[in-house]
Amino acid sequence: MSPSEIKLPDYRSLAPAVSARFQRIRARPVILSVRDLKKSFGANGSTHVVFDQLSLEIHRREFICAVGPSGCGKSTLARIVAGLDEASGGEILLNGEAVAGPGPDRGMVFQGYTLFPWLTVKRNVMFGLQMSGKAPSTADTEARQWLDMVGLAKFEEAYPHELSGGMKQRVAIARALANNPRILIMDEPFGALDAQTRAQMQNYLLQIWKKVDVTILFITHDLDEAAFLSDRIIVMGVNPGGIREVIENPVPRPRSSAQFISPEFLALKKRLEHHIHPPVEGEPAEKLPMIKLTDAGDEVE
Amino acid sequence: MANHDWLGLKQELPQRRRLLLTAASFLLPLAIWCVLSYVPWVWHPLMHITDAGSVDYFSTGLDVPRATFFQEVAKAQAAGLDVPKGIRVNPPYLPAPHEVVRAFYTAFKTPPRLQDEPWLHQSLGHSIRTIFLGFFFSSLIGLPLGILSGTYRFFAKLQEPFIEFFRYLPAPAFGALCVAILGIEDAPKIAIIVIGTFFQQVLVIANSVRKVDPALIEAAQTLGASKWKLVSRVVIPASITDVYTDMRILLGWAWTYLIVAEVVGTMSGITLFINQQARYRNFDNVYAAIAMIGIIGLTTDILLAWLGTVLFPWKRRTRAARPWTSAVWSWATDSTTPGILSRPPKPRTVVAVATHPANVAQ
Repeated sequence: MSPSEIKLPDYRSLAPAVSARFQRIRARPVILSVRDLKKSFGANGSTHVVFDQLSLEIHRREFICAVGPSGCGKSTLARIVAGLDEASGGEILLNGEAVAGPGPDRGMVFQGYTLFPWLTVKRNVMFGLQMSGKAPSTADTEARQWLDMVGLAKFEEAYPHELSGGMKQRVAIARALANNPRILIMDEPFGALDAQTRAQMQNYLLQIWKKVDVTILFITHDLDEAAFLSDRIIVMGVNPGGIREVIENPVPRPRSSAQFISPEFLALKKRLEHHIHPPVEGEPAEKLPMIKLTDAGDEVE
Repeated sequence: MANHDWLGLKQELPQRRRLLLTAASFLLPLAIWCVLSYVPWVWHPLMHITDAGSVDYFSTGLDVPRATFFQEVAKAQAAGLDVPKGIRVNPPYLPAPHEVVRAFYTAFKTPPRLQDEPWLHQSLGHSIRTIFLGFFFSSLIGLPLGILSGTYRFFAKLQEPFIEFFRYLPAPAFGALCVAILGIEDAPKIAIIVIGTFFQQVLVIANSVRKVDPALIEAAQTLGASKWKLVSRVVIPASITDVYTDMRILLGWAWTYLIVAEVVGTMSGITLFINQQARYRNFDNVYAAIAMIGIIGLTTDILLAWLGTVLFPWKRRTRAARPWTSAVWSWATDSTTPGILSRPPKPRTVVAVATHPANVAQ
């Protein structure tokens, strides 16, 4: 029985507990406000508009995932919020104040592990603290606490190249959080990890997020990941680019892998699939026009 | 991995074989030299006269071409006179390995013929000082300029076009100018080494600095680093190992300018020693002196490679501190760091590759 044959609830119908949770989130102050953001490449004549009139509000301690097909500008959005790319128009407000350029109030975790290879794990975490002018002893103590939190206290004197991919990314998260940012931007942070490590990291991230007062903007192309982690999901599209829909995730918290087959999860995923891989009319069946090249008498399918 | 191919493409050789090949790279040329020197029927184009016999222009100790010798032997036999005797020898400019090895010792023990001439160790000391000062002054300006140029497009555009032009000018061409400006003592020699090294240095270091992963800089920016701190805390540490390797290679290039530099003005240092020994026809000493330059260069490089593993612990493969012997080992056998075997023979050509527009553009 394929998922389409199962009778799924409407992805917009929220259980009372989930609905109440969203009301509480909406009551919280807005941390990040994106107003009429525009991004285009190229100059006079041959400009390519990635997105235009993109507006978005993220509340405190909200976990927002952005999904979309490649080229929809979800990473560009993250980089503009982080201040690494310049917008062509519109503005970004953090706590009501416009921001320009990168700053420690917006932490970032990249897909490539951007740990500094010449610093030990602890000194990597201390980096931001020292940049903000904290005394070495304070920075040292705080860095240890953050490493404790991500479960890497034993590795504080190791160099990044001695760690596995998942461990590196945990250090990167600790390093970003040590700065006490208002928002943590994660640009496909687990994209380079294998499936098992990725699932483990998603669990770690939820645990960390529960303990820390931080808002997360999480970019991913993995729909399961978005459905598992998020409060709200921003679905972005291409041609025209921009936000197609903002979905309130109906899957109740606390999340667990058991929910992957719950009706809410499947309904949400079906809706996401509808946006990301829309059924195109007149498109031929998914069968390749293959000429049979073998006759070994081993046909089993 | 049992059946390793000696000539496997892109295939790492086992350590034993790497060390074996390193030894062979030195032993093969030595073996050729030994064959030429010790196997009497290979080459040996001259006859060393031991008995002049009846030939009036032969004398004991004279070296004559073999053809002439046998002509005279034939003539003497035909005339029924005393036949000259001799042994086959190589020309004096190719001493045997053992003579050169002996010269390594005797060259240091032999006092100079004239009182104001330097001893060998003094000549060597003088050369090392010239190299060191030349490289020091070059790095003093070249290192910061290279880092600036690699970091900021502004400085790259401001200085690199001119440097690209200037580095094609051969350093020895400035010899006469240097003498006119700086006199005939050590200053013009140091200046030649600076001219030979500096321009390459700026370009090569700028290129290494430019290769710093931009993601590291972006990560640092989101952690609150800006302006000078980005340079001092990210760009410099991120490129320092590459820059260090560049400096090791550049020091090798500085050595190649030494002999040209030392003939400028009054000849000095190891060049003076080599020239005088050649004039006295002490070719064993000449070879020993040339080999010493190689040995000094190689030793310096191994020491610097070892110092690199001490200075940059994050480049070590394992956390355990490595004894110095393993640094030599890895220097000799590691294909990823430039040992002397991978040093480019022609620096200019290599710079052209290193700073090829296609690479610079990245």
